[in-house]
Amino acid sequence: MKRHLISTADLTREDALLILDTAEQMAQVSTRSVKKLPTLRGRTVVNLFFEDSTRTRTSFEVAEKRLSADVINFSAKGSSVSKGESLKDTALTLQAMGADAVVIRHSASGAPKLLADSDWLHGSVVNAGDGTHEHPTQALLDAFTMRRHLNPGVGHDLAGRRVTVVGDVLHSRVARSNVHLLHTLGAEVTLVAPPTLMPFGVETWPCRTSYDLDAALTKADAVMMLRVQRERMNAAYFPTQREYTRRYGLDARRLALLPQHALVMHPGPMVRGMEIESSIADSDRAVIVEQVANGVSVRMAVLYLLLGGSEPAITTSSANTSEENGK
Amino acid sequence: MSTTNYLIRGARILGGDPQDIRIADGLVAEIGSGLEANGEQEIAADGLIALPGLVDLHTHLREPGREDAETVLTGTRAAAKGGFTAVHAMANTFPVADTAGVVEQVWRLGRESGYCDVQPIGAVTVGLEGKQLAELGAMADSAAQVRVFSDDGKCVDDAVIMRRALEYVKAFGGVVAQHAQEPRLTEGAQMNEGVVSGELGLAGWPAVAEESIIARDVLLAAHVGSRLHVCHLSTAGSVEIIRWAKAKGCDVTAEVTPHHLLLTDELVRSYDAVYKVNPPLRTEADVLALREALADGTIDIVATDHAPHPAEDKQCEWSAAAMGMVGLETALSVVQSAMVDTGLMGWAEVAQRMSAKPASISGIPGHGRPVSVGEPANLVLFDDQYRGAVNPDSFATRSRNTPYRGMDLPGRVVATFLRGEAKVLDGELV
Repeated sequence: MKRHLISTADLTREDALLILDTAEQMAQVSTRSVKKLPTLRGRTVVNLFFEDSTRTRTSFEVAEKRLSADVINFSAKGSSVSKGESLKDTALTLQAMGADAVVIRHSASGAPKLLADSDWLHGSVVNAGDGTHEHPTQALLDAFTMRRHLNPGVGHDLAGRRVTVVGDVLHSRVARSNVHLLHTLGAEVTLVAPPTLMPFGVETWPCRTSYDLDAALTKADAVMMLRVQRERMNAAYFPTQREYTRRYGLDARRLALLPQHALVMHPGPMVRGMEIESSIADSDRAVIVEQVANGVSVRMAVLYLLLGGSEPAITTSSANTSEENGK
Repeated sequence: MSTTNYLIRGARILGGDPQDIRIADGLVAEIGSGLEANGEQEIAADGLIALPGLVDLHTHLREPGREDAETVLTGTRAAAKGGFTAVHAMANTFPVADTAGVVEQVWRLGRESGYCDVQPIGAVTVGLEGKQLAELGAMADSAAQVRVFSDDGKCVDDAVIMRRALEYVKAFGGVVAQHAQEPRLTEGAQMNEGVVSGELGLAGWPAVAEESIIARDVLLAAHVGSRLHVCHLSTAGSVEIIRWAKAKGCDVTAEVTPHHLLLTDELVRSYDAVYKVNPPLRTEADVLALREALADGTIDIVATDHAPHPAEDKQCEWSAAAMGMVGLETALSVVQSAMVDTGLMGWAEVAQRMSAKPASISGIPGHGRPVSVGEPANLVLFDDQYRGAVNPDSFATRSRNTPYRGMDLPGRVVATFLRGEAKVLDGELV
């Protein structure tokens, strides 16, 4: 039985489908006038954010409140060792306060795994984005959004669907989580980036890579644009913003290359005019706002499955639980 | 001399046939079979391997400045437990060992500790800043008699400064020990750049950052006719460059650490900062190339790069953690595991690479001598049949940042003699 959500690589196909199917149920709750379930009443969930992220923290907070959890927002901005309290002491403090789950965002890759593997705290750990490593709930909400459009239905996966992910793959935790999860769900992922922004060893990942965006668009069922920080050009990852946009930005011409049904996605925050033309972000092809709404449902599902009740929540050997939850 | 004399029974010198070794007045007095006791303390060493006292060209004893991590006393106690009779102390202390005053302080602390000889290494540049040569001559002429100079922890990356240092130390038979790391290629680097770093989202430390500096330095050393020592080789490519340089006749020596002979970057998947070290753990292919190079002599010596850190600098996020591992008390076991038990080397080669050769690179007197009559009785008795899990709680070093916690490693140091005095008996400090 899994107790933590650290990496989408840890999820089996059954785990992933259970989360997506549960999220569909949660989405129903969000359409009611009283958007609340009593599931996590009396449970304490801490949002431990070492890095600013209003949108992710808010999404988790809404999800936790809809499940009736007691929510504590613990903002600990700044590096642990250089100033103030260490991660270990923060964890010990939260443990002493009786945290049942800790949702952690940290600028250091691996910080959530460190917490999960430590004996500093005993609750569940949910990775809300760690450095340039992973952002599993983002990938889950992306998959949830894709499934709704491309293969709707409980128990369905994304077999055979083609997803093109474009941008700063090297520094993207979203890309890493998506590659693992989409592969697990049967989708074919193509990563597109300038060679400077491709991770070392990407050829060993379960996906394709390309430097040519146009070619990677014509058969795509979804295209996901990643944020590209302007500062990257100061480290010579690309010459100028203009050249980046010309070669890797999504503009009207490239939109026309996409099949009619293809989705335009972005994990946010967007840099309009850099990786995506503003009019496209606002067009009906874009499901960017929908992604945000789905984020709440998916995070409710994750917290519910990690914390809900005494029975195994997300587990590879819980076929029974799976079926029950799937109904 | 009022020291106890010893008669060691049945030790296998360099792994050879069992012999008795008589130690008297600090010297190896007699070697033979069935020696008669003459009032000595007898030591049953049946089956134990006898090696010359080990010499470590690369340790961080942290004093002055980071006594919370290690002191010269605790570091030399750890060294004795690991079978070392001489260690070289790197210069990256606080203050930096870049003056005669600091190297003499470290040298004096070593004398006072008494567990093993401490030979200070002097900084190449003032404050390890790589800008201005430190007073290398003053350190050479000091009581510490410094002959090895290194900015270890930092690379002497300025080609002109490196060239001048290589030339300058020739006046007093010195050698520059380079920490090969091109700084721009390793800004923010967290681990070996490879498949694992890509997956883990940790900034890579590419092999080329080491290899490009080594290539430059062997060419520089050849050009000015100087001696060069390269610290902690970690990549297969570095091995190829050293092999090429030696074939060309360059006066270059190279070292490898025990951990680079045994561990790979796969361990980083745990994000446990105990595996964070500089240069970083590399791949299986690198490990195998390093072993082969050590066996064939391309790599001259094993040096521990013993780097103690307090718990709080390791029990934290990977990117915030300090780099380095303790190594003195596990070195010989790791070498047995990686080199001897694999059939790549015998005990004579171990003695060559962990005692004789490091002593000759640094020129430290009285160490690295063969186990033969008339030589200083610097000896280690090692039980190569022992098997056991590494227990850091038994360490003498002040720090516990070992990557081998709980790992089954072969061999155990039973006794260490420094100039005929037992510093370790029955595996415990005397």
